[in-house]
Order: sequence, then structure tokens, then C-alpha cells
Amino acid sequence: MIRFERRTHVPFSLRLAAPIAAVFVALAFAGILIAIAGAPVLEAYRRMLIGAFGSRLAITETLTRTAPLILTGLAAAVAFRARLWNIGAEGQFLVGALAAAALGSQHGLHLPPVLLIPALMLAGAVAGALLLLGPLALRLRFGVDEVVTTLLLNFVALLFVSMMIEGALKDPLAFGWPQSVPVVADAMLPKLVARSRLHIGLLVAIGLAVVIALVQARTVFGMESRAAGLNPAAARFAGVSLTCVLVKVACISGGLAGLAGAIEVLGVKAYVTTDLSPGFGYTGIVVAMLAALNPIGVVFAALFVATMFVGADSMSRALGVPSFIADVIVALSLLAMLVALSLANYRIRR
Amino acid sequence: MMDVLDIFASAGLWAAVLRIATPLIFGTLGALISERAGVLNLGIEGIMTFGAMIGWMTVYHGGDLWLGLAVAALSGAVFGLLHAALTVPLGLSQHVTGLGITLFASSLSYFIFRLAVPVSGSPPTIVPFQVIKIPVLSDLPFLGEAVFSQTAPTYLAIALALVIAYALARTPLGLAVRIVGENPHAAEAQGINPIRVRIGAVVFGSALMAMGGAFLTLAAFNSFFPTMVQGRGWVCIALVVFASWRPERALGGALLFALFDAYQLRLQHVVGKAIPYQLFLMIPYIMSILALLVMARRARVPQALMQPFRRGER
Repeated sequence: MIRFERRTHVPFSLRLAAPIAAVFVALAFAGILIAIAGAPVLEAYRRMLIGAFGSRLAITETLTRTAPLILTGLAAAVAFRARLWNIGAEGQFLVGALAAAALGSQHGLHLPPVLLIPALMLAGAVAGALLLLGPLALRLRFGVDEVVTTLLLNFVALLFVSMMIEGALKDPLAFGWPQSVPVVADAMLPKLVARSRLHIGLLVAIGLAVVIALVQARTVFGMESRAAGLNPAAARFAGVSLTCVLVKVACISGGLAGLAGAIEVLGVKAYVTTDLSPGFGYTGIVVAMLAALNPIGVVFAALFVATMFVGADSMSRALGVPSFIADVIVALSLLAMLVALSLANYRIRR
Repeated sequence: MMDVLDIFASAGLWAAVLRIATPLIFGTLGALISERAGVLNLGIEGIMTFGAMIGWMTVYHGGDLWLGLAVAALSGAVFGLLHAALTVPLGLSQHVTGLGITLFASSLSYFIFRLAVPVSGSPPTIVPFQVIKIPVLSDLPFLGEAVFSQTAPTYLAIALALVIAYALARTPLGLAVRIVGENPHAAEAQGINPIRVRIGAVVFGSALMAMGGAFLTLAAFNSFFPTMVQGRGWVCIALVVFASWRPERALGGALLFALFDAYQLRLQHVVGKAIPYQLFLMIPYIMSILALLVMARRARVPQALMQPFRRGER
């Protein structure tokens, strides 16, 4: 009789195979939808690849899209590892963007560029962290589940941004469009590649992924946050202050999501609109899960997701398949990844 | 000041309360049944979106309004089966799976809608459910206009809340659902199959969620547009806690919540531009967080909520 037995240790090869298998399953299912839409499936995927990597412009666009996804992916990965269900990265992204835009405008901080850019990034991170500390306080003090509160705050944050860009921060020169006053030229991030939108935010994001990987693997805090997620009771027994760990994790997680918003403003848009984020916060959850919460894996998962979105836009223009196919692929890979991860945890015994 | 209070005296407000409450009643009942059996279904937001889309699409392509509602319910059941298959026998994280279902169902709704209805200036419309005036009762002063002049799905939602409250408290099936949500091992000892009961509860609950979504396109509005569910699913999840997992309180909670929503809409007109309209629009979400805050410690949480059931394991 075949039965399943829990593995004590999941080998690296299996951990690597899980996301790859998940992506292929997702692409196969999405292929059915592409066929229903009346387009040749393989041709559609070929065009998506060309759309994402076929030219210098395509590559820089894909990487520009990757940067915020790495950060929101890290935000989810760091939080989920400690079983802090931060589903509010979308809202934290928006308030981070708004903080950077407000302080980076001509009415904001007056600092030399070397100080101004880090200050604005920090402001974004602080705003994001503050928005997550609220729900965490409610969980620690009153036992309110943070999943629903962080989700609900996403809508509040969006309305707050809308209120600010139609009010105090409204750009009078935008012909009545609701958008914030642009940040000054000195606040804009230096370009990584000339004549493109790709900015150094990508390096910041990759650098942070490496730092977080090191912190998680090598420091006491990294161990404590993992313990807090795996077995809170045992962690408490071992003398770990759960409150203390969760507050730190929330600051990092919310901070990363807020930083993502700041970088998107300072690197790409220069101002805030309500459609600044095409779901970066929610997609970050998929990125984190595809990476199995591994910070280095997040970089590759973010690149995959960005490839789907940029590629689908271009494929959609050529073949008429709605570009929402990218969202479907990303969502399906999350579900497939969950199944793959759970299968990787077991082995078959006869 | 008088204007601000006068709003409560208009029958229109109370009629709007029932209308706004309807999708919340469906959604909250759906989430509640699933949670009473021990499964959190965060797929609700996406399932409501899909129900809204597919219900509208059925009617747009010549189907009857009731057929639209039925197709929506069926689609919800299918997504519910997916959520149940992943979380009940496989025991995957209910949080992450639910969010995955929401992302999948909503992106699939947008994909299908865009495929079937090319981009145009104004979204195409259907003829929605019309108000049914209940004979005699609708002639009552005030109450007639406020309560007895609603569309059919609103009456259905209220009836469902009462039926489910009764079924959960007084029937063997309801008892089975409750035991499985409190202690699946005890349920199994009683000869109840916890896996089957949980799958059934999630599937039925998801069908109700999708009907709530369909109410938006088939009765409240007459067209479909992306993001139209606007977090109503998350509000329902909060309302379940506020209702302490009891259907009759869920009905009351949804009505109370809708009262605030209907009131803020009218207050916007009275107050005018003195206060930014966004502050009013935040009220429903803030109210939901407050509702969670008030009830979090007092609510009777099903003891086995979010705990996967594995045979022979404790």
C-alpha cells in the first residue's frame, strides 16, 4: 500500500523544483484560456518572452517592474516567516509613496541630493511601518486578527491618498487631474541605464534581499523571528519576547512595502496618483510564496512575475488576448506552488 | 444640525439600508457557514467578483435574471470546491489559499469580461431586478416604502438568514457542522465525516458569497466593472466576527453596517464639500475594524477554526 510520510528535511533540489513545476502548471492552465481567446498558445508565450526581453527597452522595462515587486515580496516573506499575516503591503506601498512625494516636493525637505534621497526613502519606509504597527498593536493588545485589518486598511490608505492628491498635495499644474505635486529633480533616483526608466532602486532592492537573507541566517533576531513563526509557545518558553520580535518584524515588513512605494515615486513617476500601484502589494504575496519565503528566491520570483506582466502587455497588443492573462498566471502559480510545496514535504513510502 | 438628523426620518434611507445590506448578508452568511465548520474562506472577495461578473454575463447574453443568480451560485460553488480541496484534504494554509482564490477568481473575472465585452466608452447594461411591492404591506405608511418595496434577492437574503439560523441551531445537519467546527475528532467518533462536512460547508458558503456578488450587478447596479466589489468581501469576514459566528446576529450586523453606509452617502450631500468625500467613504472600512476591535475578545470562535483535520492525528 502506498502511503505518504512527512519528510524531516526537504532537499534543496526539491525546493527548487517546486516553484518551477508550479509555474509550468500555471502556464499550462493559462494556455487553455489563451486558446479559448482564439490565439495560438505557444506563439502567445513566445511573444510574451519577446515582449519582456526582446529588446534593450523591453529588458529595462521588465527590470523596472521587478524592483518594487522584490520589495513587496520581501515585505510578505519577512512577515509570513514570523506568522505575521501582513496582507496590507498595498496600503503600505501607497502611504510610503505619498510620504516620499510630500517630503520630496519643492515644499518639502531642502537637503543636498546625497542626503535627500536616503531621507525620502526612509520617510517612505517609516510611513509603511507605521501603517502596519496599528494592526499589530490591535492583535497584541486586543487579539484582533491582522489579516482582515491589514486588508481593510488597504482601502483606507487608497482613499487617504486620493484625499491628499485632491487636497493638500494637489498639483495645480496638472490640468485638474488628481495627482500630487511632483518631487524636485534632485530627489529623483539616478538612472541605472541611460535612456531608460531603469533606476538604482533595483540595486537597493537586491541589496536588501541579500541583507535580509544574511540577517535571517546569521543573527539571533533571524532565528527568533523564525521560531516565533514555527512554534510561538516554544519560542516564548526559550525566553523570546514574542511582542518584541513581532514589532521588529512589522517595522521591517511595513518598511519594505513603504520603501517600495517611495522608490516607485522617486525612480519612475515623480508624483503619486491613485493608480500608482497595479497591485504591487497583493502580487508581493505571490512573489513571497513562489520563493518559499526565501529572500534570495524573492528576487527571481519577482523577475518572473514582472516578466509575465510586461510580456502580457506586449502580447496582448499583438494577439488581442486580454492582458489580464498575466494576473491569472500569477494567481494560478500561487495556488500551484502551495500544492507543490505541500507535496515536497512528503515522500511516498510503499 | 437638523438636516443631519432629518436623514433618519426619510423612508428612502431605510430602503437603501436593506439594499446595501443584501450583498453583505449573502457574503457574511457564506463566510459564517464555512467558518462554523472550521474553514476560513478568504476567497470571498474574488468569489463575489466572479459572481458579479458571471451573473451579469448570463443576463447580458439573454439569460433570465434568476438564471444569472443561479449561474453565479454555481460558479461560487466551483471556487469553493477548489478552496475546500486545497485546505481540507490537503490541509494547506487557509490564509494563503484563500488569498490565492481571491486573486485567481478576480483576475479570471476581468479576463473573461474583457474577452466577451470589448473596451467601450460606457459599460453595457442589462435590465436589473425590479422592486416588488408586497401587496397590502407596501401600502403601510413609511414602513411600506422602507421595508416592503425591495427587489426579490433582498427578500431572499433575509429569508435565508432566518432559515440558516434555524438550520444551524436546530437540525442534525447544523449540529454536524457545528461539531466539526468545534472538535472534528469528536465528530468523527460520532460517525460524522469531518472532511465531507467541511467540503460541503465551504462549497455552500461560497455559492452564497457569489450570489452576494451577483446582487451587485443584477439588482444594485446594472453593469459590471472591475474592482466593483470594493472590499465588501473583507467587510463580510469582519462581520462574521462581529456577529460572534451567529447567523441572526450576522443579519443584524449587516443591517447596522448598511445603515452607516447609507447614512454617510446622504450625509455627504448635506455636508457638501466642507469635508472631503473620501473621509465618508472610509467609514465602512473603519467601522469594520472597530467592529473587530469590540468583539475580538468576546466572540465565540469555533474552536477548530483554521485547524486542518488529519485522521488519527491530534
